[in-house]
Amino acid sequence: MQTLILIFVVLGLATIGYMSGRGRAILVSGGAPKTLHSLPSYYGTYSAFWIAIPALLVLTIWLFIEPKLIQAWVMGGLPDSLTGDLAADRLGLLLNDIRNLASGNIVSRDVDPALQAAADRLITLQAAGFWLMVALVVLVGIGGFLLARSRITPDLRARNSVERTVNIILIISSLIAILTTVGIVFSLIFESFRFFVQVPFYEFLFGLNWSPQTALRADQVGSSGAFGAVPLFMGTLLITLIAMAVAAPIGLMSAVYMAEYADPRFRAIAKPLLEVLAGIPTVVYGFFAALTVAPFFRNTGEAIGLDVASESALAAGVVMGIMIIPFVSSLSDDVINAVPQSLRDGSYGLGATKSETIRSVVVPAALPGIVGALLLATSRAIGETMIVVMAAGLAANLTLNPLEAVTTVTVQIVTLLVGDQEFDSAKTLSAFALGLVLFIVTLALNVIALSVVRKYREKYD
Amino acid sequence: MNDGTQAVEQALSESSTPKPATETKHVKILNRDVNVFYGEKHALKHVDLDIYEHEVTALIGPSGCGKSTFLRCLNRMNDVIDSCRVAGTIEIDQTDIYTSGLDVVQLRARVGMVFQKPNPFPKSIFDNVAYGPRIHGTAQNKSEVEEIVRTSLERAGLWKEVHDRLDQPGTGLSGGQQQRLCIARAIAVNPEVILMDEPCSALDPIATAKIEELIDELRENYTIVIVTHSMQQAARVSQRTAFFHLGDLVEVDQTDSMFTNPKDSRTQGYITGRFG
Ligand SMILES: Nc1ncnc2c1ncn2[C@@H]1O[C@H](COP(=O)(O)OP(=O)(O)O)[C@@H](O)[C@H]1O
Ligand SMILES: [Mg+2]
Repeated sequence: MQTLILIFVVLGLATIGYMSGRGRAILVSGGAPKTLHSLPSYYGTYSAFWIAIPALLVLTIWLFIEPKLIQAWVMGGLPDSLTGDLAADRLGLLLNDIRNLASGNIVSRDVDPALQAAADRLITLQAAGFWLMVALVVLVGIGGFLLARSRITPDLRARNSVERTVNIILIISSLIAILTTVGIVFSLIFESFRFFVQVPFYEFLFGLNWSPQTALRADQVGSSGAFGAVPLFMGTLLITLIAMAVAAPIGLMSAVYMAEYADPRFRAIAKPLLEVLAGIPTVVYGFFAALTVAPFFRNTGEAIGLDVASESALAAGVVMGIMIIPFVSSLSDDVINAVPQSLRDGSYGLGATKSETIRSVVVPAALPGIVGALLLATSRAIGETMIVVMAAGLAANLTLNPLEAVTTVTVQIVTLLVGDQEFDSAKTLSAFALGLVLFIVTLALNVIALSVVRKYREKYD
Repeated sequence: MNDGTQAVEQALSESSTPKPATETKHVKILNRDVNVFYGEKHALKHVDLDIYEHEVTALIGPSGCGKSTFLRCLNRMNDVIDSCRVAGTIEIDQTDIYTSGLDVVQLRARVGMVFQKPNPFPKSIFDNVAYGPRIHGTAQNKSEVEEIVRTSLERAGLWKEVHDRLDQPGTGLSGGQQQRLCIARAIAVNPEVILMDEPCSALDPIATAKIEELIDELRENYTIVIVTHSMQQAARVSQRTAFFHLGDLVEVDQTDSMFTNPKDSRTQGYITGRFG
């Protein structure tokens, strides 16, 4: 909280620096801003940067280092009777207690004078540290301000410096985004690796039996701990296929209708309506699938003498297909619209009818984009979780029968990690391996889809 | 006299084709009191124009005067535009093409069209040319299709350049080649009339010269109506020129007399470059 105030103080200083830098520039130009190298506002920004950036940098570094320094001092000041020869984790507990004592929380041991002394020491150090930080940051800010002020001359290339600094700030922002992604991927890889130490790679990829309950006690029954993921892959594939079988034809046909046949007024209403489908939370689709569609399929199956599981791949797949219709139709509609009118005219001019033109010219011309749309929709379906959690079941059956219950990669990840878990058992770690597989597959699909779409775009622009 | 007119006269004198006497010619397309409306807008007013067989008729005039609109009446491409309404009589070989029973598909097979911007389909060169014969079912078997593709490409002067890469995409050709491919595609359905809407406006001078040469050759077998922005081009390729202005057909005459001796002051103004 106090740090936040400090940040605002720095920003306030920077604002003042902006005004002053601007004024200074006009002043040194002798009242003729035209003689300056850059516009006056660039000199303002230049001063503001010189104040804010070093000050905030110092602040960040301080916030990183200060706790470690204080900790070292506090622990170093403890008598040997307390620290003794404690292991690292015990030392951590001790430190925690000192902290709690300092902030007036409950402590897990008897408070002896040495501990109390350490806590007092911590409080003083923290208070001193804070004021030291404030002083340092403000000093650096003022220093930067003075430096910038002394540098402002009509010849200073303020615009170039500002542009360069902005450039660097932007680069750092995007680096943060990229590094976060890379970090997530690396943690996936790292944890998966820990899993593959416990369970062989080939067993995971090619094993036919999935039963991730590992025995906690030696005498426990029914917890074999088999990690063959093929049933999950098959389940995912089956549900994705069903979903695409629903979404591809309906989405494509509605896209063709919207783009080629529909009255513009109808289109203006129908297209957003269709896109609303994409805005429905997937959990809503999930209970729609579990409570409406699945029982409907089971009852229908019963009526015609078929044995349909109450949680069937069919129900989950169909509902998922409905969910991804807008992905297919909206993207396809865009690519069909991007087919130049001149191609249609060319076809009409040769005596082709509307449907011939659509079939032989428009759709083939839009095909790469349509393929891209289908691939994106597929990757959506593979990664979809909520619907299958609620409607597809948990049984890892190895089957291609859509009327039976199957489970998917995403469902298993959820069930593996729901509730309290130990973080080093094969059961928990297998979630990372599944996540890695999912990540690789959807990444590949997206890359292919985007490159296909991009190639197509280039052709008509 | 300004430069524009001189260039036209030069083009006229260079033009090697003898101008045949029109009296013996057969009227291929007869237009009487043709009016076109886009919604409320009266885009074409009371046009009476005869288009003669085996002649190139050029339509000239400032932008927006209705040249394309008129051209699109002749194969009923205006049907595609919802707001467009055509009134009057247009007869091809004494048959009204706007009678209710007429099949537009048949009409467009008889009246082919080449557009301003080359618009080959994103298919192979072969499939581009074979498109028309296939949808009209004119060819019975594969070898007949091949024969049609070959003769069409030959007539369009493209065969030599593409015969060894018929399976490559038509969109990969140069602009001029693409336009000749579109001409071949139009020829492949064996039309009687070919309409061209500024076919060279997107092409460089060399490609333009090739197309103009081609147009002159095609005249022997087809009746051609060409919209052009360039008066030199009209002078080079056409036997008859019609000048449109603000939706009116101002003047129509044999090309050489039109350019040397325009009767209407608006025509004179346009061809001497005073407006347009
Ligand atoms: N699809 C259309 N809808 C409405 N007005 C049109 C349309 N096409 C052309 N027009 C109008 O009709 C007039 C003639 O156009 P056009 O035949 O394209 O002229 P040109 O080909 O001679 O340049 C213009 O004023 C134009 O604005
Ligand atoms: Mg035009």
